[in-house]
Amino acid sequence: MTTVTAPARSSRSTAAPAAPDAPVSGRQTHFAARHIGPRVDDIQAMLGLVGYPSLDALADAVVPEDIRLRRPLALPPGRSEREVLQALRAMAGQNQVFRSYIGMGYHGTFTPPVILRNILENPGWYTAYTPYQAEIAQGRLEALFTFQTVTAELTGLPIATASLLDEATAAAEAMALTQAVSKQPGPHTWLVDARCHPQTIAVVRTRAEARGITIVEGEPDSFTFDAGVIGCLVQYPATDGEIRNFRDLAARAHAAGALVTAATDLLALALIEPPGAWGADIAVGNSQRFGVPMGYGGPHAAFFVTREEYRRHLPGRIIGMSRDTDGRPALRMALQTREQHIRREKATSNICTAQVLLAVMAAMYAVYHGPDGIRRIAEQVHSRAVLLANALRRLQYRVVHDSFFDTVAVDVEKWAAARILDAARARKINLRQLSPTRLAVALDETVTLGDLADLITVFSRDDMLPFMLDDLGVTQETAIPAALRRTSGYLSHPVFQKYRSETEMLRYLKRLESRDLSLTSAMIPLGSCTMKLNATTEMIPIGFREFNRLHPFAPQAQAQGYQVLFSQLEDQLAEITGFARVSLQPNAGAQGEFAGLMVIRAFHAARGDTRRVTCLIPTSAHGTNPASAVMAGMRVVNVRSDEQGNIDVDDLKAKAAEHRDSLAALMVTYPSTHGVFESSIREICRVVHEHGGQVYMDGANMNAQVGLCRPADIGADVCHLNLHKTFCIPHGGGGPGMGPICVAAHHAPFLPGHPVVDLHHGAPCGTISAAPWGSAMILPISWAYIALMGSEGLREATIMAILNANYIAKRLEGHFDLLYSGAHGLIAHECILDMRPFKQSAGIEVEDIAKRIIDFGFHPPTVSFPVAGTLMVEPTESESKEELDRFCDAMIAIREEIREIETGKADRERNLLKGAPHTLAQCTANQWDRPYERERAAYPAPDARSHKVWPWVSRVDGAWGDRNLVCTWDGSYSSA
Amino acid sequence: MSNVPEQLRYTAEHEYVQATGDGAVVTVGITDYAQGELGDIVYVSLPKVGDTFDAHQSFGTIEAVKAVSELFMPVAGEVVEINEALDADPAVVNRDPYGAGWMARVRMADKSALAGLLDAAAYRKHIGE
Repeated sequence: MTTVTAPARSSRSTAAPAAPDAPVSGRQTHFAARHIGPRVDDIQAMLGLVGYPSLDALADAVVPEDIRLRRPLALPPGRSEREVLQALRAMAGQNQVFRSYIGMGYHGTFTPPVILRNILENPGWYTAYTPYQAEIAQGRLEALFTFQTVTAELTGLPIATASLLDEATAAAEAMALTQAVSKQPGPHTWLVDARCHPQTIAVVRTRAEARGITIVEGEPDSFTFDAGVIGCLVQYPATDGEIRNFRDLAARAHAAGALVTAATDLLALALIEPPGAWGADIAVGNSQRFGVPMGYGGPHAAFFVTREEYRRHLPGRIIGMSRDTDGRPALRMALQTREQHIRREKATSNICTAQVLLAVMAAMYAVYHGPDGIRRIAEQVHSRAVLLANALRRLQYRVVHDSFFDTVAVDVEKWAAARILDAARARKINLRQLSPTRLAVALDETVTLGDLADLITVFSRDDMLPFMLDDLGVTQETAIPAALRRTSGYLSHPVFQKYRSETEMLRYLKRLESRDLSLTSAMIPLGSCTMKLNATTEMIPIGFREFNRLHPFAPQAQAQGYQVLFSQLEDQLAEITGFARVSLQPNAGAQGEFAGLMVIRAFHAARGDTRRVTCLIPTSAHGTNPASAVMAGMRVVNVRSDEQGNIDVDDLKAKAAEHRDSLAALMVTYPSTHGVFESSIREICRVVHEHGGQVYMDGANMNAQVGLCRPADIGADVCHLNLHKTFCIPHGGGGPGMGPICVAAHHAPFLPGHPVVDLHHGAPCGTISAAPWGSAMILPISWAYIALMGSEGLREATIMAILNANYIAKRLEGHFDLLYSGAHGLIAHECILDMRPFKQSAGIEVEDIAKRIIDFGFHPPTVSFPVAGTLMVEPTESESKEELDRFCDAMIAIREEIREIETGKADRERNLLKGAPHTLAQCTANQWDRPYERERAAYPAPDARSHKVWPWVSRVDGAWGDRNLVCTWDGSYSSA
Repeated sequence: MSNVPEQLRYTAEHEYVQATGDGAVVTVGITDYAQGELGDIVYVSLPKVGDTFDAHQSFGTIEAVKAVSELFMPVAGEVVEINEALDADPAVVNRDPYGAGWMARVRMADKSALAGLLDAAAYRKHIGE
């Protein structure tokens, strides 16, 4: 790796940060003291309860000595918020915003400001978590339901998911679904349209190779559906703009039992025949141009829609309608048994984090514009493309395709191409070069007539506009073939009509927001999810146009600021993990797992060791681990856990020895998913290495390591980091995330590459994401966090996360059983509380306790992971002692409520827990026939009176909705 | 306490086998204990009539809201009938596992295989009741 140096700090303020070794007490003006919840006096009291004299003594007792990092991280000291914003502004200033007509799935768009301010820039939306607790997530569930409706109606297919990571991975997921439902005997072949976007083809090839599927690229007209061909992928409209008629192709595919996937464009679908109507079985694409900035590649929400019969094979989250205990309509995640957290290596996909925040934005863009507005935008884009084509023809160019929506491909002389591109650059315009003699221009809703005049001038030989635009006439002409014009309507539900004034829109967004519990209301102590502060300063750079308006394939010379940011962030993450190199490409944690395993696979293969396909995975691992291993073409062998929740080292040794000829990797989470720093971790790594395997460390729990120990020093070869956990990217209600991987030097050549942008890796393992640096737009968040905290602040945050967790464990001692602990009875950054005994003693399930926690105004901890019947609590360093105490008091109060059932004082069936969560409507109804007081139901703790998020619905009936899947708006339910 | 009828035979994976009028054909389903552990059942995936299975081979899956489990064939044989009513109303497995919630009728390849299954007492012990 390159040496880590402090970024330039020409504008440092005079308020120098405290020395790195200063205790927390001296740092109350430093940003770390804003990020960390407990105050100095609190810390002393908490340490007192836990039984350690100092934070360092606690760290010494928790982290095994043989893996401790006994030096400060080589990172600069923390800087002030003002300094960090200045530095980021300077960095952004090195980017240049050109008008982008590159297309390829990324387009200019105008984010309605009411959406920008009230969703993208609003912590009420961006700090929420994945909607596991439906009763306090009805707002974003409704928005996602609308997203599903938009994508289903525009594509003409009925079953939609609540977003995937990007168009390219969505296409790869379509291939996986196609294979899963195919009755063809293997080996399998998937036919891919040569005129798909190149990044899509690269990602599909990478996934296909690992799955043993052959990809044959060609023109769809020439596709033949021979034995073994499971289906095909086409781009509609093509990457060069042409709209082709695939009706015959679909008929031929179906006759052979093959499936057709269309990668498509939502705005084009406002005017052209939907894929579902001409026979496509699956439609995928990017919803970015529905109001989400390009952001140099992401984050944006991809969509995935298919036919009814494939609903059990869909990848990722589906939001479905069900009902609550009062029979009111209630939304929740449906058909979860498809997913990795339940089905593990048999899951349809490894996807976990998706792109909820961006899907919400795209849905609200459709709500804001309505069907007529969307159609008008599409018509305007199309008419300008027609105008451009006419102008180019008048300039004696050959426009390649007669049928197109927004992208005009034009043939140019070889000698003229460079001149045209230069002229464009001089006017701050980016075009796409398809070949030495062919250019493409993709228009979007931001293109004005002035922009069009500039474009035509660029193509004119004397660099002047040779005729007036008016000469071209505003024509009703269309370049959409008659057979492919859309005749069906869309977005007819009232939700797409009711909120068209800004006042109504604003109130609708606020109403949805108010139904959800986010970090703006209370702690979200979800174990393994690390719901820490997403500081405002960290979020502000997303609003810089120099960060959010760049096309991912803009020339790198225009993205120098980004390049500086990437290289500094890579160096910082390398120092924090101890590894040599970093790839920022994977845009979610599970993507990082897949990427890391593909790197390991490529490493073995490069040594001629192609037999190494066995992946050892502890039974306690996140479900994404086995699902990712299967996607990487590996065979999963489970390793047992012992009674303390640690990896059973004897079982590991036996399995490693048994599979020594085929051992590829061990996937291990550290500290363990049980929240313990396993003392045998070094030995575990050694055993795997001795048998020829590599160690993959899952970075889900990195928040307990930063500054105290490092994956590389422990013995890992590859790790991923969840920047949306440890490094402060907000969870967005279920995405975006970022899952970069860090690797030892011997893996560096195999880091992911990209077909459009050269990333300079020697022998890339393939392409993981559509964009070269994943969701680049949110990387300034992690950069800012590291810059604000500095070396010492990061270390303090880690120890405080450990102290907060141990404080909770200690306060709940005697009330609940702690399932696992490590040396000295201490835990790492999270604790597992055992709720199983209450099933016997009071008929109370863990679910009942989780729902009762909602009545107290909290988000429940993680339910039944990694052990069924338990709650896993992770407070993070950002929660104050007051909030921790409030939570512990609530838990203790609930324990007393359970005791009332145990002693017969409360009924076993009709009690505060079984009836939870209680809605405001229930608590204020004239009728109250429950055998407990409504005041206790509504306000179980005094502080709940001052503020709490009420559940919008009572307990949701998951089974009813799974038996009757409804995933788009219909007449039986109307938006409230 | 789960219902474990005396006259049935069981597997350690919680399937039961019930005699029919035809001595070579048995009815297969999951036990009352299994449906209780799974919770609200939302979907049952069954094989086609005519499919043949070895003993212990997976012949389908059963899904609850937050759990999924494979169904294992207790005895080798050919599927002669499946319970198509489960498609429209999978919850019947919760309500009546030994009756209307049956899954498949199987013509046994070898009737003596029944002797290898658990009796009610052994199954009760297996589930700790």
